[in-house]
Amino acid sequence: VDLIASVVAAPGPPTPAKRKPTKKTKKAVVFFEVEILDAKTKDKLCFLDKVGKVLPSFSLHWYPARQSIRLDPKGKSLKDEDVLQHLPVGTTATFYFRDLGAQISWVTVFLTEYAGPLLIYLMFYFRVPFIYAPKYDFTTSKHWVVHLACMCHSFHYVKRLLETLFVHRFSHGTMPLRNIFKNCTYYWGFAAWMAYYINHPLYTPPIYGEQQIRLALTVFLFCQIGNFSIHIALRNLRPPGSKTRKIPYPTKNPFTWIFLLVSCPNYTYELGSWLGFTLMTQCLPVAFFTLVGFIQMTVWAKGKHRSYLKEFRDYPTLRSPILPFIL
Amino acid sequence: MASGEEDRTVEEKETNNKKRTKGAIATAWLTFYNIAMTAGWLVLAVVMVRYYLQKGTHKGLYKNIARTLKFSQTFALLEVGHCAIGIVRTSVIVTGVQVCSRIFMVWFITNSIRQIQNEESVILFVVVWTITEITRYSFYTFNLLNHLPYFIKWARYNMFIVMYPLGVIGELLTIHAALPYVRRSGMYSLRLPNKYNVSFDYYYFLIIVMLSYIPLFPQLYFHMLRQRRRVLHGEIVVEKDE
Repeated sequence: VDLIASVVAAPGPPTPAKRKPTKKTKKAVVFFEVEILDAKTKDKLCFLDKVGKVLPSFSLHWYPARQSIRLDPKGKSLKDEDVLQHLPVGTTATFYFRDLGAQISWVTVFLTEYAGPLLIYLMFYFRVPFIYAPKYDFTTSKHWVVHLACMCHSFHYVKRLLETLFVHRFSHGTMPLRNIFKNCTYYWGFAAWMAYYINHPLYTPPIYGEQQIRLALTVFLFCQIGNFSIHIALRNLRPPGSKTRKIPYPTKNPFTWIFLLVSCPNYTYELGSWLGFTLMTQCLPVAFFTLVGFIQMTVWAKGKHRSYLKEFRDYPTLRSPILPFIL
Repeated sequence: MASGEEDRTVEEKETNNKKRTKGAIATAWLTFYNIAMTAGWLVLAVVMVRYYLQKGTHKGLYKNIARTLKFSQTFALLEVGHCAIGIVRTSVIVTGVQVCSRIFMVWFITNSIRQIQNEESVILFVVVWTITEITRYSFYTFNLLNHLPYFIKWARYNMFIVMYPLGVIGELLTIHAALPYVRRSGMYSLRLPNKYNVSFDYYYFLIIVMLSYIPLFPQLYFHMLRQRRRVLHGEIVVEKDE
């Protein structure tokens, strides 16, 4: 029996939609009674009699992605794959419903938040009118590092877009709608702020010149490859369409050997890339962006590390969340 | 087995004793802190009243109170620490924002832009702050001593209704008065080109600060109104303003 996150239109009669075909079985079938209460008000939203193999889907007010059904009002949400028979309920099951609010798919959010910086940076690079003084419109910088920076920045976001489309396997389908506004403000805002200074007619190239730029480019490329390797390794942990979770281990690819020391090396490499970019452009807004990103990624890495430790008894003890031995 | 259990209860008693001692030290320190702050702001009030009675004008008053004001207001940074270590149950961020905005007004506006120091708006917000802080710190003090006179509680949860908007008006008028001097002097600003490839214009920054009052002030104000409704409806006052 799949407890499909379904059910409940509060006003109006429920419209029984399609029933999934039940398998024939010779064993005695256990029927459940299911009642669903609102997690906040404890109003009875729905009562289902004789839930057997399958919970019928009702069309409703709240589409499945924004429904959170749980066993305890303050507890964690049940997953789509949870099976009614295996939950710790008696023959009368009480579930609590919470509306998660309008949802939007992760893929949509990622594509939007990454396409923005790509295009915005290019607008500054080509010095589109109304940004700088009119005499600079449609000119390009005389410093070759500015061209290099544009290529690196664009490459980075193209890589992210392609990874979103072809590499990543998402655990959750959706996130709250308001996240797209928050995330886009962050990415687009910072992209504009950085791009403004790097492509400015009065831009000052790095103090140590070619040496600095060469080192920075090496670091940047190394970390881009590293980051990509980790994404591929994580993808290969999970067969297509599944949502299984496994401990990631180093593979034949040397860039994945960092798994020995770090739980979330994708964040480690991402930090490295942006440090490279900061060094390349010698621009304080870029340093600031790197710092803020690092703080956020550390929070995420620590959370991920903690959930790895909780889920897997045999999780390697040498690993740190994001920086080997440090953080 | 029995001795094991005894050890455990002995340990528990020890941790409870440690907690009680820590609580006592914290209470003692907080009481001292709040008395000191009440005193500091009272001194400020007395100096202002005496100056006005003697001179009949507010011109030149700022020079007299500058040091006490800077001292008292900067000392309030400790309150962020109190929240951070948990001896005061308030959000670190809310306290941090409040204290930082005060520090900003004192150090980055009034102290550094000499030409506006005799403006009436400065006196307005300083008077408002003084009244508010004396009320607030004496409220905390009496609370800690478990002997809160009703009129202090009444003052704390009613005077803000008028004081808050007046204070905001004083602050905004002061920043507005400072703008032309900031623009002319280019203070705290960084121009291109420079090796950090960044620029900062204090003038536009101040305009953004003024605009930020629009979303922030109503939030704080309604928060205080909600607090007031809760407290003055007879609930136990545990110092917990979030």
